[in-house]
Amino acid sequence: MNGWMDHLVIAPIVIPLLVGALLMLIDERRRALKATLGVASASALLALAVLLLYLTDHTATGADATVRVYRLGDWPSLFGIVLVLDRLSAMMLVLTGILGLSALVFALARWHKAGAHFHSLFQFQLMGLNGAFLTGDLFNLFVFFEIMLAASYGLALHGSGLARVRAGLHYIAINLAASLLFLIGVSMIYGVSGTLNMAELAVRIAGIAPEDRGLLEAGAAILGVAFLIKAGMWPLGFWLPNTYTTVGAPSAAIISILSKVGIYAIIRIWLLVFGDSAGTSAGFGGHWLLIGGVLTIAFGSIAVLATQNLARLAGASVLVSSGTLLAAVGAGQAAVTGGALFYMTSSVLAIAGLFLLIELVERGRMVGADVLAVTREAFGEGEDEESDDDDAIGVSIPAIMAILGIAFMACALLLAGLPPLSGFLAKFAILAPMLAQGADGLPFTTWALMAALILSGLATVVAMSRTGIDVFWASPAGDLPRVRLVELGPVMLLLALCVALTVQAGPVMRYMEDTARSLHGSQRYIQGVMAPAAPGTGKGVAP
Amino acid sequence: MELILALGIGVLTGSGVWLLLRPRTFQVIIGLSLLSYAVNLFIFSTGGLRTGAAPVLERGMAGSLATHADPVPQALVLTAIVISFATTALFLVLLLAARGLTGTDHVDGKEKSR
Repeated sequence: MNGWMDHLVIAPIVIPLLVGALLMLIDERRRALKATLGVASASALLALAVLLLYLTDHTATGADATVRVYRLGDWPSLFGIVLVLDRLSAMMLVLTGILGLSALVFALARWHKAGAHFHSLFQFQLMGLNGAFLTGDLFNLFVFFEIMLAASYGLALHGSGLARVRAGLHYIAINLAASLLFLIGVSMIYGVSGTLNMAELAVRIAGIAPEDRGLLEAGAAILGVAFLIKAGMWPLGFWLPNTYTTVGAPSAAIISILSKVGIYAIIRIWLLVFGDSAGTSAGFGGHWLLIGGVLTIAFGSIAVLATQNLARLAGASVLVSSGTLLAAVGAGQAAVTGGALFYMTSSVLAIAGLFLLIELVERGRMVGADVLAVTREAFGEGEDEESDDDDAIGVSIPAIMAILGIAFMACALLLAGLPPLSGFLAKFAILAPMLAQGADGLPFTTWALMAALILSGLATVVAMSRTGIDVFWASPAGDLPRVRLVELGPVMLLLALCVALTVQAGPVMRYMEDTARSLHGSQRYIQGVMAPAAPGTGKGVAP
Repeated sequence: MELILALGIGVLTGSGVWLLLRPRTFQVIIGLSLLSYAVNLFIFSTGGLRTGAAPVLERGMAGSLATHADPVPQALVLTAIVISFATTALFLVLLLAARGLTGTDHVDGKEKSR
């Protein structure tokens, strides 16, 4: 392995940090330059993420070398800070890269003009996300969470306006409180176990004295509550649909992965620390995840059915998808987790696509138009911006409605989990292993989860077809949305990736199953992180 | 010593939670500040409390956790202070923006209809 190849692991954090800082120095009027730099950085991140995914999956030494450890300053991992790249992190990096690039390109059409420092905030958002996915240390996870959240506060308020400020106030207050819970959890875990490194913690947990175990578990539970607030588990997720409804489309697309960061943290820490080797703490809290997940699906489905507004519908779908993931992970079987990871990929892409699509669809209607109007009023963007619309496609022909309609239908199929798209395969991959395991009667929770999954699909179909008919067929065809190619492109890219997921389901599912197996048998992760650094090389790559 | 610190953290947390649940934005931000003080003290206390101990190391003596407080939580608390200070400042800006846009300091942006 070359020296520079090892440093690739930290590049997804360093690139957006530098580019974001540089973008702050460039004058706000030089939009073309800022946009070029931003897109270049987002493209580089996506390329890098794909390369890292490839390296993680196909390393030269065979299928064993799946954990790549980067020790900052080459301190041993007990004292220093480590970044860890395994299959799960690599997958999340690729998802972030895809969402980042599509949302940024979408924003180039008009959203990046709606306020100051959009491009810097966007880069810092990507940095926080990548950092949270790469870190192998609880306190660093907190720091990257805060970077990610601080950037998301800026993006959520981007474009200003009354509705955004009102929803943003709740969003920030809740997340600040959640961050404090995060700190309490982390310090309780440190106080009992004496370590913040996740792998080290997983080793030490079996040897914790019985009288301290309760304290450690309480700390882990408080930490879990902080993650579940981010993930939007019922009853901690009431803030989520409100916030996601009001933020601008590109911000919503990138912020929609923030709820998956909460899920990622739970998958990572819960499976690692409370795995089979955790002694009496093994599987701690699994039932809560399962029950909470089912309740979240139920709440999300009711919210999906109750909503009249397209953006709220997308917000409620985030809840359903979070609930499905939590419940599937809480089931605690490697095969089910593999299906859940596939579901996560499919639903992240579909929901981001839906958020972008909604903005295009609503543009012709009064509902979305007023938000944009407020934005323009606040920042003095007049109608003259439209004059450079040479590449506007289908300005006043109904073909654009047909394209948007088909894209909307694809989103509906993906979110409801109907064949032939990847949403169906994902739900099937979650349900099939559950059914297969118990020939002698399934536990009640499995039945509850199955019913919740299928009923939530039904609710999504009902709600989305109702809204779809309302938007595409029943509304007067007076003003068609003016859509530009740079806006339609990202939506199509996201949906095309879902189609690709469907066509290439075999290899993707193989990857997800490998990921789930290494998560459930976390020995390799632990050995990778704990292995002593090769002396004098300034790097540490797991054998 | 432990009792005083525990009572202090408890009072700060209790006041913080109560203020956080109040309907005025100014009360919420003070509540969040008090909560973050409580959390910072809590992190600090996980390193162990000692009175009359040497601040770093004593000459000619190997340091160990038996004789000194754990320095890691003290490093953590510095980071936590900086971050919570920054996010509180950001929240303050938003609070002022909300006051300007809605004309009220209610957290929902409108007064309850009486």
